[in-house]
Amino acid sequence: MLKIDTEKCTGCKICEKMCPFGAIIVSDKVAQVQDNCTLCGACVNSCPEGALSIERKRVPEEELDKYSGVFIWGECAEKGERLVPRKVVRELLSQGRRLADKLDQQLSVVVLGDGRLAELETLIAYGADRVIRSQHKLLDRYATDSFTTVISAVISKEKPSIFLFGATPHGRELAPRVAARLRLGLTADCTGLDINEKGQMLQTRPAFGGNIMASIVAPYTRPQMATVRPNVFSFGEPDNSRKGEIEDFEIALSPAAIRTKAVGIERLADEGEVGIEDADIIVSAGRGCQRKENLELIQELAASLGGQMAGSRAIVELDWIPHTKQVGQSGLTVGPQLYIAVGISGAIQHLVGMSSAKTIIAINKDPDAPIFKVADLGIVGDAMEILPILIRELRNKG
Amino acid sequence: MKIVICVKQVPEITDVTINPETGTLMREGVASILNPFCEYAVEVGLDLRRHYGDIEIVTISMGPPQAKAALMRCLEMGTDRAIMLSDGKFAGSDTWATALTLAETIRAMEKDFDLILVGKQAIDGDTAQVGPELAEILGIPQVMYGVGIELTRNKKKARVTREIEKGYEIVEIKLPGLVSISKGPMIRSVSSFEEILDARRKELRLVTASDLTMDEDELGLKGSPTQVVKIFPPRLKKGAKLIDGSEAQGAARKLVEFLRQRSFV
Repeated sequence: MLKIDTEKCTGCKICEKMCPFGAIIVSDKVAQVQDNCTLCGACVNSCPEGALSIERKRVPEEELDKYSGVFIWGECAEKGERLVPRKVVRELLSQGRRLADKLDQQLSVVVLGDGRLAELETLIAYGADRVIRSQHKLLDRYATDSFTTVISAVISKEKPSIFLFGATPHGRELAPRVAARLRLGLTADCTGLDINEKGQMLQTRPAFGGNIMASIVAPYTRPQMATVRPNVFSFGEPDNSRKGEIEDFEIALSPAAIRTKAVGIERLADEGEVGIEDADIIVSAGRGCQRKENLELIQELAASLGGQMAGSRAIVELDWIPHTKQVGQSGLTVGPQLYIAVGISGAIQHLVGMSSAKTIIAINKDPDAPIFKVADLGIVGDAMEILPILIRELRNKG
Repeated sequence: MKIVICVKQVPEITDVTINPETGTLMREGVASILNPFCEYAVEVGLDLRRHYGDIEIVTISMGPPQAKAALMRCLEMGTDRAIMLSDGKFAGSDTWATALTLAETIRAMEKDFDLILVGKQAIDGDTAQVGPELAEILGIPQVMYGVGIELTRNKKKARVTREIEKGYEIVEIKLPGLVSISKGPMIRSVSSFEEILDARRKELRLVTASDLTMDEDELGLKGSPTQVVKIFPPRLKKGAKLIDGSEAQGAARKLVEFLRQRSFV
């Protein structure tokens, strides 16, 4: 339970304001907890005197069954005037559905945003039984503080057995924050999920840059939490006949609880609506392209195929391309229909970022380059000689 | 002003492989380095000191005794002091146990910090979780994926330029706070003789479990909610048939043919 050190409490009412459920009331100059406290922890760090604490213990084995339901975070992004679920949410729904069916539990998706939230019924068509919508004007854009408060509140109230986040930039800053608030285990950037014979979620992820795979469980903490790498899992067609509920999750939020503020944005000039993580065709350049000027060829080939240009970490470090175009372990994971790797040797850190592409073509001078191990078509030769001819041929045929 | 930078020593990952028979890591003979993203974080910290002066920079690392080398590297780069957390009882810590141990150390020894810097992720574990977990335990705000930091005049806030999916965002964060660093100024190469000598004169404090007021079952493997149950080598595709591309015209034709077969053109 929530403990209040009445010696330390000054009755300042900050915690009263921070509580998403109105479960703390200050009277007689001291904070008092009400019955509707869910132990979400939003108040604890807000107390300037350190008077609030929650002791979180491991869940005893006989109580593990009390936690039920597979939950996912339905991350949304702006699409024109609206806020709609991202592609990674459909990937999570397909995996979440599989896990929920194995456990014979419900699949719920938690969506945060303001009045612009839209297309939530598609979440049901892609497999959700419940959509939990938290709508608030302070949730108009992602902020770690506000989103942590809401997700932690939902978890404390609903007590799911599993909670999944997309391993997107926001997912990876939010999930550990929630995990630490609720004192939960968390596995990063999973590429495989399953249920083992004990009913635990088996979370598989690459480590050491992808040289090794590790399978991980969280036996004593609930929910079991993981971030899941985007563009690894596929999803099927939506089924519009599926039935599900959209419910509202009421929450009180205070502007004072958000301690960061976005004051400016610099959108890179050539960034369209679709980033490389959602592109269907990618032509990717590596150090083997030799000079920055040669990237014009890559750009041209990408344009003639209707795709986008990307690159390896090596050329991002050389400042040939911006970070928004970096494929690999410390960049983005892509899953296009076609990936053409030009002058990329294919260090394992690069391969883990693109090996789920449907079709892979590699052009490299070195016949032993590891990139050929994942390619469907490999050409040993000088890309800078081959590409101009290829572009010309494509143009003539097109 | 005080900046605390949490750093990690990592193996040169490209060298790490798995023994296919035993399924264990073959780390012998693998060089250890200061995690590149941590090196960026140190550079950003030093940059702040160059700009604003009067900033003390303390680096903290948790790891086996030999991880001291990573802290020595930080001291050679120009940080002021270092704290090495090393104890058999810390072994097997997952991200939660690591964050909790770092948080307790900071609370006990560097409570008056204004800013904590961490690398975006470590190139061995790649979890990127310890930073946000540490920030939550300490109850401070966070900004991830930073590439540059400016302080406001009264140094009560920082303006962080951070990478986002479509470009960059400038975020104001109240201090004390935590910023993870994705890219720094220049990576410098080898330390000079003077820097090495200078580093040896700086304070490097060794801290063990008995210096912290933590329960034994909060530490290391025991204190870790996640458990690794299996490690195995990754499965990769079989690999392509290679085509000789020494004759560019022919290679380009084969490419077009392949693209047409798969209906990309």
